[in-house]
Formats: sequence, C-alpha cells, structure tokens
Amino acid sequence: MAERIDGVRKLFTSKSARVDTNRGDLYYQQLFDTCRARLDALREQPAVNRLDFESLLSDEGQDRRDFMKWVSAVTAMLMLPPMFTPLVAEAAELMNRLPVIWLELQDCAGNSEALLRSDGPKIDEIVLDIISLEFHESLMAPAGHQAEKQLEDAMEHFKGNYLLFVEGSIPVGVGREWCTIGASGENFLDHLNRVAEDAAAVVAVGACATFGGIPAAAPNPTGAVGVMDVIKGKPVINIPACPANPANMVGVVLHYALTGQVPELDSLLRPKFAFGYRIHDNCERRAHFDAGEYVEEWGDEGAKNNFCLYKMGCKGPMTFNNCSIIRYNEGVNWPIGVGRGCIGCAEPDFWDKYAYERPMANANIKAPTGGVEKTVDQFGLGLLTAAGIGIGIHAVASAVAGKKEEGGEG
Amino acid sequence: MSKRHIVVDPITRIEGHLRIEAVIDENNTIVDAYSSSTMFRGIETILQGRDPRDCGLLAMRICGVCTGTHYQRSIEAVEDAFDITIPKNARIVRNLIQGALYVHDHLVHFYHLHALDFVDVVSALSADPAKTAEEARKWAGVAGVAPYTDGEGEFKAIQERVAKFVKQGRLGIFGNGYWGNKHYKLTPEQNLIGVAHYLQALDIQRDLAKMQAIFGGKNPHPQSIVVGGVTCVQDIENPARIALFKQLLSDGTKFVKQAYLPDVYMAGTMYAAEATDSKATFTELIGGKGVGGTGGGLLNYMSYGDFRLDDTGFYNAKTLFPSGIVYGGDLSKVEPVDHEKIAEDVTHSWYEGSEPLHPYNGQTIPKYTGLDKRDDGIAYLKTGEKYSWIKTPIYNDTRVEVGPLARMIVGVASKDERITKYVTNFLKRGNLPVSVLFSTVGRTAGRAIETELMADAMMEWVDELAANAAAGDLRTWTEFDFDKVSVKTKGMGLAEAPRGSLGHWVRVEDGKVANYQAVVPSTWNAGPRDYKGRMGAYEASLIGTKVADPEQPLEIIRTIHSFDPCIACAVHVVDTKGKSLGVYKLDSQCSI
Repeated sequence: MAERIDGVRKLFTSKSARVDTNRGDLYYQQLFDTCRARLDALREQPAVNRLDFESLLSDEGQDRRDFMKWVSAVTAMLMLPPMFTPLVAEAAELMNRLPVIWLELQDCAGNSEALLRSDGPKIDEIVLDIISLEFHESLMAPAGHQAEKQLEDAMEHFKGNYLLFVEGSIPVGVGREWCTIGASGENFLDHLNRVAEDAAAVVAVGACATFGGIPAAAPNPTGAVGVMDVIKGKPVINIPACPANPANMVGVVLHYALTGQVPELDSLLRPKFAFGYRIHDNCERRAHFDAGEYVEEWGDEGAKNNFCLYKMGCKGPMTFNNCSIIRYNEGVNWPIGVGRGCIGCAEPDFWDKYAYERPMANANIKAPTGGVEKTVDQFGLGLLTAAGIGIGIHAVASAVAGKKEEGGEG
Repeated sequence: MSKRHIVVDPITRIEGHLRIEAVIDENNTIVDAYSSSTMFRGIETILQGRDPRDCGLLAMRICGVCTGTHYQRSIEAVEDAFDITIPKNARIVRNLIQGALYVHDHLVHFYHLHALDFVDVVSALSADPAKTAEEARKWAGVAGVAPYTDGEGEFKAIQERVAKFVKQGRLGIFGNGYWGNKHYKLTPEQNLIGVAHYLQALDIQRDLAKMQAIFGGKNPHPQSIVVGGVTCVQDIENPARIALFKQLLSDGTKFVKQAYLPDVYMAGTMYAAEATDSKATFTELIGGKGVGGTGGGLLNYMSYGDFRLDDTGFYNAKTLFPSGIVYGGDLSKVEPVDHEKIAEDVTHSWYEGSEPLHPYNGQTIPKYTGLDKRDDGIAYLKTGEKYSWIKTPIYNDTRVEVGPLARMIVGVASKDERITKYVTNFLKRGNLPVSVLFSTVGRTAGRAIETELMADAMMEWVDELAANAAAGDLRTWTEFDFDKVSVKTKGMGLAEAPRGSLGHWVRVEDGKVANYQAVVPSTWNAGPRDYKGRMGAYEASLIGTKVADPEQPLEIIRTIHSFDPCIACAVHVVDTKGKSLGVYKLDSQCSI
C-alpha cells in the first residue's frame, strides 16, 4: 500500500515530469548546431528514396505556404523556438530516408488505425512520400512466406538504421509460448528481440507496447510487459495512450530526422514535448474546476453546461499527455470534449488505477497485483492526495517560471 | 498421393494474428483447410471481478478496428442485466457512432485490406490514362452514377505519383506482392482505377472516422457511451456539430456511390467466372445443393439483428437489420434466432473444457498444446488435436457464417423492404443472378451493398436527432440504482458488428463481474473444427478453390480477406514432408 502511494506521488513530483520550455540561448544554439550538422550529414548520405519535395507539393495541390504552416505548428509542438522552423522543414524533406518497420504483438491494431487517421502529414503522404514503411502487417500486400521475406530483406538492407515501431505487449510469463508469428511459430518475445537487434531505436506506440496495457491488467493472464521491459541497451521511446495520438508518432519521427537523436524523455521514456504536462493544465473545462462547478451526474445541468468532470471520475489531473491541446481526428473532438472524463490512458497501469467513471474515493478498484484488494478509502485517499500535490506543484512551478522570466533569465 | 501442405502465417491485411493451413491435391485444388489464431491476451479473464459499469471501456479494446461495437455491446449487456432502457437521444447517437463505423470500416476493408487481392498495382503503371477515364465512366454507368474520378489528367497524375514511388527503388508495403500472378484478372486501366481509389480512400476514411469522433470523442476507441446512455449532450444540441456530421456523411456517401460500388461491379464482373463456379463449392464436394461459387463455404447465414429504430428497448424494437437464420442458402425460409441455442465448443481450441457451453456459463482457461515443430523450420498445426486460440461457436448444433452478406441474405429471406430493395437494385444493375452472392466475390458485394444502405439510413437518423434536440429533448441518460440491481443479475448485448453477429454476456454478483464471455464475428467465421469434426466458415470456404501458383497464396488470402478477419496471420507454402515448394526470390518480378 505505502509503496504504491509513494510510487504515484513520485510520478507527480519527479523533476523529470516537468518541462523546461526556456533553456537559454546557449542551449538552443548548441541544439541548432547539432541539428544543422545532422541534416547536412543526412543530405550527404546516398539517397534511399530521394525525391523532389517541391514537385511533390505541387502534385498534391498543396503550396509551400500550407507546408510551412504545418512545419511551424510541428516546431511549436516539439517545443522548439521559431528559429528551428527552417530546420524542421528541411527534416521533413529528408525524412523519406527513414526506414520504418512496424511490428504487431499482443495488440488490437488500434494504433495502426490511429496512424491511418494522421492528418499532418496524411497517411498516403507518410507511406508513399515520407518514410519508407518496410513492414506493416495490417497494410502490406504480401502474406505468409513473402511477408516474412520482406521483413528479412528490410532488416538486412537497413541494418542498424531502421526505426522499429512496436504495437502491442509482449508475454514473458506463462503466456510466453502462447503467442506466435510466422511459419516457424516464433514466439513474440524472440520475434521482437530478433527484429530489434539491428534497429537504430525502438518506438513503443500505445498503452500495450509501452506499459503492458490491457493484457497486463490484473491478473495479467499471460505475463504481458511493455517493450522497455524487454529491450535493453538500445534507445526506447514510449508513446503511450490508447491509442497513441498519431501527431505524437509523427513528432517522434520528425524529431529523429531533425536531430538524429531521440527526443528528450521523462522518467517513463515519454517524449516531453508531448507528455510534459498534465491534461488538466490545458483543459477547456479547467475554469469550471477552479470555480468549483462540477458535473454531478450524467446528463445533468452541469453536463449541459460543460462543467468540470472531476467528480465523474476524470483523471485529467493525474495524466500527462497533450490531448487537451491537439485533440483527435484533426482536432474534431476529444474525450473530455464529449463529456466523458479522461481515463488516464497515457499512464502506467491505468486499467487498474484510473479506468472507471466514478470519483476516485468511490472507486471499486481491483487490486493491480490481483492479490488482496485494497480498501477503497485508503487507496482513494492516497490518489487524491497525490493529485492535490500535483496540482499544488503545478501552481508553484508556474509561479517560479513567471518569476524567472521577470528576472530576465534565459 | 501427391497432396501438398500450404502454411500461410502471417495472414496480413487483417487485424490480429491468423494462420491458415491448406492441403492441395495434384490439380492444385484445396481439399482440406485449417484456420488458427495464434495470439492470446485473456481479456475475458481480466474483466472478471471488475465493476460492471467499467466493462465497456475495457471490452472495447478487444479490437482496435470495430472498437465502438464492442464498447456498445458490452455496455448493453450491463444495461440488459440492469433492465435499463436508454433515452431516444442515446439510442440515435449510438446508432450514428455505430453506423459511422460500418461505412468507415467497410470502405477501409475493401480498398486497403482487400483490393490488392484483385488489383495488380504494378500493372496499373502501364495503363493509358485516357482509356482509364473511359473505363471509369463505364463502370459508374453500371451503377447509374457519374464516376468519382473520371478526368484523364487526374488518373495521369496518380499514375505518375505511383511511378515516382516505384522508381525510388523500395516498394515498402507493396514489396514482395503477388504482382503478375495469373489470377489477377483486371486490365491495366482497371488496375489504375483501383490504385487511384485506394489512395483517395485513404483520405475519405480519415474524414469518415471524424463522424465517430463528433459523438464519440475520438476514433479509434471512442469514449462517450456509459451504462444508461451517452455523455455527448453538448454535441447533440450544437447545430454546427450536426452540420459537420452531415457534410462528412454526404462526402463519404458520394465516394461510396461513385467509386466503391462501381469498383465492386468492375471486380465482380471480371471475377464473375469464380462467383458462379458451382463446381468449386464446398457443398458440391460434400454432396450439397451446389449453389454459389468459389469461396461459398457453409451457406448457413445468421444475423442477430441490429440498429434499433424505435425506443421500445432491447430485443423488442424494430431494427434496421432483422434477426434470423437461413440454412443452406435457401432464401425461401428464415428461422428466428434463439440465444439459448448458442454454445461454444473447445474440442480443437487451446482451452480446458469437455462440452459445448452457453456463453453465460462459458470458461476461458488456457490449455496450450503447441505446434508441431519440425526440422525444416516450419511449425504445423496439430490438426487432430487443439490448434487455435479461437473457440468454436455452434448454433443449434450446426456451423454458421455471419457478416454483411449474412445480414443481406437474412434481410432478403425475411422480405425486409429496405434490404430487398438495395440487394435487388444491385443485382439488377449488374445484371447478376442472386446465386453470385454465395461466393467470395458475393461476400465482398454484400458488404458494398450494405455500405450504401447504411450511408443512406444514417442521413435519416441525423435529422431525427437534430429534430429531437430542437424540440427540447436533451435527455441522454437513464438513472438506475446500481447497488440495488447489482446483487445478482445477468445480461447480454446481442447485436451486429461490421463483421457480423457479436454477443457479450455478463453475469454480475455483489456488484462485480462474476463471468464475462464475448463471442465475436470472427469467432463464428474463423473457429476451428467442432466436436463433430465439422468445419468453420473460413475452412469450408477454401475447399474446392484452385490455386494458380502454390508458391503464391493469392486465392487463399482473397477468400479469407472476403470475411474481413479480425485476427492477423501469414501463409507459407511447403509440401507434406515440410519441404519448401519453392525458393522465394528476393528480386522476383515484384521488386521492380
């Protein structure tokens, strides 16, 4: 019990969970130089898929101005100052050299579906023009033997250079042999290890690949874990949420193209540009939270007036993700917009901690370990306290940041 | 005997992990087939002990494609257990979320998961754009519409874009395809139409998914459905939201009518010989009636019925798709579906159990017995024993097929006015006999017919919702006393998903889930042999199919894809001794 509360508290108080958005000119100048060198090196590389980006844009009926608009939005999302905009544009043009292999393990294909909904850039641009998507079971033409051949061919051809995207968890417990792929009946663990060996970096997309997700929910029947529990000695980037937002997938790819490095990560290996702040911090219903105006029951007057969903179990205050800013499906909507609280899907163990619709103190929580059930009061109190601390820290951090600016620092 | 054994794993362009093994005779005709799912997660086990109100969010993650369907079925199972009737707004919103999924899912399936079984991408490069425009007008004419894409310039631009992609040297997801296989039947111009619509459909599907996000918050995995109703009250009363929904729907409908349907006529006509090849059917081989064509399969079709059109509650309301079962492709008779007759058998599935059980009493206890790994590096299913993670659903002690085709067939047999009109129109325009429906091509056509029907029906529902909100009814939730009813109860969410009949069954004790079972469409279709050794729909549909080139499992994946599987898998070709039939060359004609 104590251990768990401590864990949750750490999550909210760790320094790594906060984003430093202004690091000073020196920092950015150094980063700029790194990126410049990286892009120059990329440009010198023999082209894998060299293409004329200008003519591509005109083919698409898209002019340079639209492209630059998108580029400046991406620059902002990556939390870089405007001076980086031309570099991001250049990186987008050079991205077509990035070979990507996408594996599906204990998955529901939700992240593949999410990728299909990408709007900036669009999926056809991603597949035909931007990355070299070498292997993706849900989209590729060949099956069986030819599909396996395609994978081997790509691994050999791009040895050490491909980005490996993984969707779905990996059973390493009793279910280790229960999941197989390919004619040889290779289990998921061996399959992942084999394909990851020559990858430049591994990107875990979605709740399952990052923290085990639903297969790892109590009692975790197969012994499922996330990629970072399996792959060691190689950069691992986690893009959690169920499903991961395609904007964040594209952000990581762009950042990699731009810098040749993985983006700055928090203690849970999540890129800070996307997971550096709480949903609550930027929530459109935040003013109602501050005013103490809550939805008390589905469909009540509060619901009709877009009041805060905290009392209906919203986990926005405990969840780090940028969905309150970028939303989903080209910004059409997001869960809180639709009147249903956040379920904390970007956080570890959220199925056992957060994924219910009642206020935390009323939760009928299933013990995450599958062992003896915690009493609701104790558990709820612990979480509420943590949330309180988190919110408090947010206020302090904002105040401190404000003072620094006033002091002319950075 | 020179029978040869074909192993296909992974089967790609599906959702999930699926393996097919087929045995072919000396004429390359499939004489035996086995379907196996090779992934287990244990979601039914994970649901046990949880609060029934939370099941929907979790059960939805059974699938990332038909997510909204599992979500709704799960919530409905709990509502059924608690005897809740949801308000009108909630019913319509759920229908719209679900309808949006149908149109979106069918479109993505046809173009992105299935089309490459009919369309040879490489052949499209040699098409004449002017003739292509003419060809597009011809097929649109059959459907009675103007073509979605008809300008020579437009086809030329798309062809150049693809050519440029190919010239870059790496084909990516199109690499190692079966380009040039003899069983591709379209002309270069027809292939270019297919490729053009493949790319345009990528755009259209993104917009169609927004319809689900308007009332569901996001797609995939929407979040607005709760036990008792829905939460999106703001989106219901906002005229701008309704207007956006209608705009997206009408743009999508345009593509369905002017591209999807003409393309199905085109593919259906070019592959007509297979659709009517009654010698190839499973029923012919087993001495049945011999109707239908390649891929016909079981010919028993079931639909639970779905999309409530009035507010009389579960299982009482009039529905868009009627419930019923048709045996042996006999359209003159339809029998009602009785949920008591549903059972799941695990004789050939990797679970403990000795007899078929009704889902209320179903168990999910893994008993993995593995694959038969041999020296050649190929693993084989132990087909005499257990060989799949999918259970074997049985209805009234027989095997049935579910899906869009089943819904259309049950609709016609039930003399449903709307369904009969759409099916008849389709067949009349294409000058096709009803028997073409009982085939692989027919299964694909059935899905297209349903897409058009659904798109048209949804427009009526949006107006109904807007009118209801304008009249001042903003009720979205029905109150219920959870503590009172959750002591001991049970319920079922029995309706249709894009891929077919879907049921969730929940038993609740002391406020917690005591047992949870889901029987999904792909379980009905992809299940292994049953306790009597009878085949499932996938297995039966492969029997009698002639394979042009045993090294390229094109015909196998074409038929399997026609079911739109929700399980991913792969295919390999080896002989009975486990020796590879052919060496797959890295740089065959597909690597241009």
